[in-house]
Amino acid sequence: MGKIKLTKVAFAGTAEQEKQLKEKLAEIKQMEGALMPALQAAQEIYGYLPKEVQAIIAEELGISQEEVFGVATFYSQFTLNPQGKIQVSVCLGTACYVKGSGEVLDKFKSLLGIEEGECTADGKYSLVATRCIGCCGLAPVLTVNDKVYGKVSVSDVEKIIAENN
Amino acid sequence: MVNVIINGKSVSVPEGSTILEAARIAGIKIPTLCYLKDINAIGACRVCVVEVKGARSLVASCVYPVSEGMEIITNSPRVLKSRKTTVELILSDHEKKCLSCVRSKNCELQSLSKELGCDENHYDGAVNQFPLDLSTPYLIRDNNKCILCRRCVAACHDYQSVSVIGANARGFDTHIGTFFSQDLDKVPCVACGQCINVCPTGALREREEIDDVLAAINDKEKHVVFVTAPAVRVAIGEEFGYPVGTNTQGKMVAAIKKLGADRVYDVNMTADLTIMEEGYEFLHRLKNNGVLPMLTSCSPGWIKFVEHYYPEFIPNLSTCKSPQQMFGAVIKTYYAEKQGLDPKNIVVVSVMPCTAKKFEKGRDYQSASGVPDIDYVLTTRELARLIKREGIMFNQLEDEDFDPALGIGSTAGLIFGATGGVMEAALRTLREVLEGKSFENLDFKEVRGMKGIKEATYNIAGIDVKVAVASSLSNARTLLEKIKKGEADYHFIEIMTCPGGCVNGGGQPIRTAEERNNMDIPGLRAKAIYDTDAKSKLRKSHDNPVVKELYENYFGEPNSHKAHEILHTKYVKRGL
Repeated sequence: MGKIKLTKVAFAGTAEQEKQLKEKLAEIKQMEGALMPALQAAQEIYGYLPKEVQAIIAEELGISQEEVFGVATFYSQFTLNPQGKIQVSVCLGTACYVKGSGEVLDKFKSLLGIEEGECTADGKYSLVATRCIGCCGLAPVLTVNDKVYGKVSVSDVEKIIAENN
Repeated sequence: MVNVIINGKSVSVPEGSTILEAARIAGIKIPTLCYLKDINAIGACRVCVVEVKGARSLVASCVYPVSEGMEIITNSPRVLKSRKTTVELILSDHEKKCLSCVRSKNCELQSLSKELGCDENHYDGAVNQFPLDLSTPYLIRDNNKCILCRRCVAACHDYQSVSVIGANARGFDTHIGTFFSQDLDKVPCVACGQCINVCPTGALREREEIDDVLAAINDKEKHVVFVTAPAVRVAIGEEFGYPVGTNTQGKMVAAIKKLGADRVYDVNMTADLTIMEEGYEFLHRLKNNGVLPMLTSCSPGWIKFVEHYYPEFIPNLSTCKSPQQMFGAVIKTYYAEKQGLDPKNIVVVSVMPCTAKKFEKGRDYQSASGVPDIDYVLTTRELARLIKREGIMFNQLEDEDFDPALGIGSTAGLIFGATGGVMEAALRTLREVLEGKSFENLDFKEVRGMKGIKEATYNIAGIDVKVAVASSLSNARTLLEKIKKGEADYHFIEIMTCPGGCVNGGGQPIRTAEERNNMDIPGLRAKAIYDTDAKSKLRKSHDNPVVKELYENYFGEPNSHKAHEILHTKYVKRGL
């Protein structure tokens, strides 16, 4: 089913994270509708909701794994993909889009080999499309972690990746 | 009681009724699509909308409770227009390959579209495209035909308590899928096929083996033996227009002979053999402090369930193969030797009310002769399709009997087809073996009937034998949890995967929601079985002459070394 973006990044959760999650789950498992706070807590701890973590939630809450997954894929606030060490955010706000940020995003997709919302298998780069980030004068704009790049063109993309490698 | 007015007619209905139920009492039909009594009242599809005086908008009658003085209109132009639009929108994202669809003429979406005068191409827009899930040997999921009614999700959750399928993603991307979109063979699905039986469209179907069977029949080298399960004969008639609960055994056998099978045998025979093997296994456990309660092993969905979800109960499972597998094993050993046939040239086709049997035949430790005991499994539906394809006029056939020799089955074997039947058949034999005399009254009525969990205690030869019977895996789960908590101390438990037993198996003829909601389909089919049993002259497994002959001339005695090698199996822990 191609509609859900699954990560290829290997799970690298620590024992400490698991302990934290299980403590939180023990605390909330008796309450009604514990699944939402459980997923929120898990995402806070791990940054995303990998399979291994959703399986723990299912086990601890005594519900099926698919029931967890159904909710995790329903709400856009939850993500199944980790954030890369280097996060590229391309603005697709009106001004940037009109100035060609769509093509810039496509160039990143093809060079990094991932779709928007995904992370490269080595966990290094992740790519997101954002709404207006508030500096339309520099359109098209993108950010790499905290660094802002303005008036970007498709031909700059390769250089930007190299600079941040 | 509450008084309401429906389409101008006053009617008094029980408090708490929904509008849908009230309308039925008033003799008015409201169409539904996602609604399924007891398990799926979610008001999702909006097909059952009606007008309620004073309400701001149309309401979904399947979930809307009536109140005193309520005025309802079920067929106003506004209602009909809304229903039509709803169905046309559903059709806009439905793969309309209806001509050859396995559910054509038995599709609730198709009937509704016709009834409401829909134009299937009214809304021309984006269409989802999904790959088919072909990963399992028993089921095909085609989400291109799915209308997201969630009836399969409800069956998986409510009947079987496994919930391996659910709605994933959101909005236009919503689809029914599994945990992390894995193929069905990678998740702990039990293969029961109840999802197929509740699907209103062709989104779910069994994995067909009709072409393989036809190829075997047309292969002159192959000796093709058909064996049919107890529950098939009381349901297959429905595919040819007979009322629910008609036993058409004679026509079914005649039809299979017309297909060109070399032999047609009755699985009732190996159900009898199962009673002997399982009965003696139970006695052995009882006398030697073996693991109790003993759990029956006839139902392959249940076996898979234990292996995935309750592996700690594997030692409790009887090691007996199911009647299907025993038959294949007997044919490819005893029968092959007797007929001078090479087991490799024998093709055993079993006709089952079941999809999990397609999984079972491929399990390990199910090849007594070195080749698989069973080659092909056809569901009741597939056999009907095959009969139609071959142009055999089922309704006009003269009744025929199963072939002699292996074709004799007792009606203790026949009642395996309904929940409680295995237990009753076992009790009939255990009592006579232990007490050393025969009994006139062979009925054990406490274990009969469509109730999900049944319990009884029978004093047999001075021992109080505590038994329990459950059908559907959510009821099985309830029993297992009770045992785990030490709240129950049964000796012997029969579990059937499907609610009501094999009569309601995942391979049986599909009935519409309308029929399921208003008729006791499993109960009617079970009645046909018990009626046949009541009139039968051979009602005890241990009296079956074929079974006697098998022990005298081949196996020696129940649970002998040879019987263990050929008729018993092993289980594996599968994990989640």
